[in-house]
Amino acid sequence: MSVNEVREKLQKEISQSIRALDSVIRANGLPIINEQKTNNSLWIDVREIDLRYQIPVKKVSKFFEGLKQGKVMATKCPKCGSIYFPPQDDCPKCKISNLDWVEMPEDGEIVAFSVVNVKPPSFSHYQDYVVGIARMSNGVNVLAWVNSKEVKVGMKVKLRVTKREPEGYLTYEFIPT
Amino acid sequence: MRNVAIVGTGHTKFGVRTDVNLQELAWEAIKQALEEANLEQKDIQYFAVGNVGNWSSEELPAVVIGEYCDLTPKGTMRVEAACATGSAALRDAYLAVKSGEVDIALVVGVEQMHQSPNPQVIELIGRAGDYFWEFENFGLTFPGYYALHASAYMAKYGAKEEDLGKIAIKNHYYGARNPYAQFQKEITMEEYLKSKPVAYPLKLLDSSPITDGAAAVILASEEVAKKITDSPVWIVAQGVASGTANLSKRTDFTHIEAAYLAAQQAYKKAKIDFENSWKYFDVAEVHDCFTIAEIMAYEDLGFAKRGEGHLLAREGQTYIGGRIPVNVDGGLKAKGHPIGATGVSMAVSITRQLLYRAHKGTQVDVKNGMGIAHNVGGTGHYAYVTIFSTRRPST
Repeated sequence: MSVNEVREKLQKEISQSIRALDSVIRANGLPIINEQKTNNSLWIDVREIDLRYQIPVKKVSKFFEGLKQGKVMATKCPKCGSIYFPPQDDCPKCKISNLDWVEMPEDGEIVAFSVVNVKPPSFSHYQDYVVGIARMSNGVNVLAWVNSKEVKVGMKVKLRVTKREPEGYLTYEFIPT
Repeated sequence: MRNVAIVGTGHTKFGVRTDVNLQELAWEAIKQALEEANLEQKDIQYFAVGNVGNWSSEELPAVVIGEYCDLTPKGTMRVEAACATGSAALRDAYLAVKSGEVDIALVVGVEQMHQSPNPQVIELIGRAGDYFWEFENFGLTFPGYYALHASAYMAKYGAKEEDLGKIAIKNHYYGARNPYAQFQKEITMEEYLKSKPVAYPLKLLDSSPITDGAAAVILASEEVAKKITDSPVWIVAQGVASGTANLSKRTDFTHIEAAYLAAQQAYKKAKIDFENSWKYFDVAEVHDCFTIAEIMAYEDLGFAKRGEGHLLAREGQTYIGGRIPVNVDGGLKAKGHPIGATGVSMAVSITRQLLYRAHKGTQVDVKNGMGIAHNVGGTGHYAYVTIFSTRRPST
C-alpha cells in the first residue's frame, strides 16, 4: 500500500464512523446506542480530537543530518566519556551541554527481541515486524526493527540507515550479518 | 512518623463495566470502603485518585469523582505511575497520614478502558515508554515490551513456553474462584499453547486483558485507627524505584531492576532477609501483566534465585499450600488489569486475605500475618513494593 492509500483508508474509516453517528442521532434524536454485547447504553462522543504532536528536535538535529549521510550518530560527553543513544545534547552527570557527536559502530548482537503480531492501528499497514535490542560493539544498546524473518538472541547484526516505506522517511534498522 | 493502617476496603467487579461511567464506578468502591470503615465523607480529610485515563473522557478525574462521591472540598489530586498508578496513589495518601498532615485519607484507583475501542487502547499503551525513540518509529506494544524480556529470559535460563503457561493456568484457576474477576474460567495447557501470538514469544493467554474497575482503601493514623476498627492492617513499609524510559538504556532484560530496588528498600525497612523473603509472607500479589512478569517478580522479590523463577512456576510452588501463594485472587491475568485500580486492588486483596475474608477457595493460611504487593508501572518504568501486616509495626 502506498502512503496515500493508507491515509485514504484511514479517512474512509473515520468518515464511515461519523456517518454512522449521524444516522444514530437522526434515528434516536440522541447520540446514544445500545452496545450489542452488553446492551448497555453508550453516548457516542460528538466532538472530534485529532492529535499530532510537534516534537522539538533542534538540539539533536545533527542526528538527522547524520541519517542523510547514511550514519547513525550518538553523542559523547567530552568530560566523562558517556555515550548517549538515543542522542542527547546535555550530560546530566557533568552538567555540560554541546556534547561531541560520534558515529555508532555497525556491529551488534541481539540481546532481546519480539515479533509484533497485534499492532497498534497506526502501524496496521505494516507486515508483522521484528523489534530487537542489540548491544553494539561500543557497549551501547540500540532498539530498532530487525530486517529478518529469523531472529535469535545472540544473533549478530549490522546497524544501518534505511528508508521506512511507505512513508519514505529515513530511520535505522538491523540486518543480519 | 506515625503508623498507618488500612481501616476499610472496597472493590468493584472487574471486567467490561460499561453499565456505569467512570465516577459511578469509583463510587461503587468508595461506598463499600466507607461502609466497611463505618465512616462518612466528612471524616475523610484527603483523597488521592489513581487514574491513567486518555482512553476515558474525563481529563480531571479526581475532581469529577470528588464531586460525584461527595468528597468535595477535601484536598485531592490525580496520580499517575502507569500500571503502578494505584500504588502511587496509595503512597500519596500513606505519606499524608504518616507525616501527621491528616488522620484519615481515602485512596481510590479507577480505570475505564472500554470508553475507547480496543485498537485505540493498544495504541495508547504502546506509547507508554519513550514515545519518540521507541514507539514513533518502531511501533512497540505493551506485550511487545514484555516479549523482549521473555525472549531474553528464555534464551538465558532455558524457560519453556509451558512454564509461562503454568502461570496463566494458576491465575485463571484462582480467577475462577473470585467473583470480582474479569475471567472466572479455568484454562488448560492445550488452550494456552493454542492461543494466538500477540507479540512473539507471548500469546493472548500470556496477557492481562483490557479492563474497567475500581478499588478503594481508607487509611488512618494509629490513634484514629484504634477507634475505627479492632482489626487494622498496617502498612509496614513501602519501597519505590524507577527505570529508564528507553528500554534500550537498560543492561539486562531478564529481570526488572526497578522492582528489585523497590523490594530491597521495602525489605530493609521491614527487616526482611531477601534470600528468605518468602518465609515472612503468607500471601503475595505480584504484577503479572504478562506471565513472564510474574516469573521475573519471583526473582526480583527473592522468592526464587536468579534464573529459577520459572522452576517455581513449573513445580506449582505458588499455589496455596506451596512455598508462597501468589496472585490467588487471579492476578492481573484473570482478575483483570484496570491500570489505575490495580495497585489499590492488590492492597484490598492482601488486606482481606490477612483478615480471613478472601473468597471461598482462595483463602491462604495466615501464619505470620504478613503480605506483600509488587506493582510495576510500564515495563519496569515505575515500581512499588508494599508490605502489609496484622501486627502493629514498632515505630
